[in-house]
Amino acid sequence: MMFTVAMLAILITMGLALARALLGPTVYDRIAAVNMFGTKTVLLIAVFAFLSGRTDLLDIAIIYALINFIGVIAVLKLVEQGNFHTDGNNDKADTK
Amino acid sequence: MIDTILDVTLLAFIAVTAIAILRLRNLFAIIMLFGIFSLLSAGLFVVLDAADVAFTEAAVGAGISTVLLLATLALTKEHEEKIPSHRPWLPLLVVLVTGAALIYGTLDIAPFGSASAPAQTHVAPLYLEQGMAQTGVPNVVTGVLASYRGFDTLGEVTVIFTAGIAVLLLIGGRRRENQTRKEKE
Repeated sequence: MMFTVAMLAILITMGLALARALLGPTVYDRIAAVNMFGTKTVLLIAVFAFLSGRTDLLDIAIIYALINFIGVIAVLKLVEQGNFHTDGNNDKADTK
Repeated sequence: MIDTILDVTLLAFIAVTAIAILRLRNLFAIIMLFGIFSLLSAGLFVVLDAADVAFTEAAVGAGISTVLLLATLALTKEHEEKIPSHRPWLPLLVVLVTGAALIYGTLDIAPFGSASAPAQTHVAPLYLEQGMAQTGVPNVVTGVLASYRGFDTLGEVTVIFTAGIAVLLLIGGRRRENQTRKEKE
């Protein structure tokens, strides 16, 4: 019962994050929404693992968290610098 | 009950995301939505008990694809050109007919998870019984991919390797140009 309620709450939160990703006027709204959505996917898998008794799925949830983190870092680096090959110490004007 | 709610909600989210991807013209937002689409598919794969497929979907779809698409976006413009409006009736008709044919085809498919489905009765029992003895790999899926279908996997790896080289040439080429320009200065 507890896991069912948690699952419903996660689904509602996913809907809200999806709404922000669809509406979000600025780039950062959408990045935050995707990051949120990734976190909710991790939680969804974790709760589903306990709901269905397959606790080995927890490993996959942890790996999702890692991928989500690296992906958001890559997106932010691109938005900040406009490319992937400068190291971040250069001036922004120099790279453009 | 909760499984049904989960399936319906995830599929509805996927449909909403797909329609939004079609309607939007801001390419950055579309790439972000592609990431969400992959995460949703990965969630559905987990619910369908295909954890390894879900893992691949999250790593490739939400991780690497997003980064590659964004790197490509950095080399191009952020907004898609407005396409001149035309009547999409013929494509719509083709899609509807194809969809109807596919749905008609599903009527003959064996029920989900049925043990008597053709896919379950052909070579799968042989793999399950003799896989360990013949290949020595504890995981049956890995045994099938790496041993029984070794040539198939080799071909797939070749395709991915070629695609990787092509992508590196396209995206990494810019860096060399920048470096040479700096060296000239």
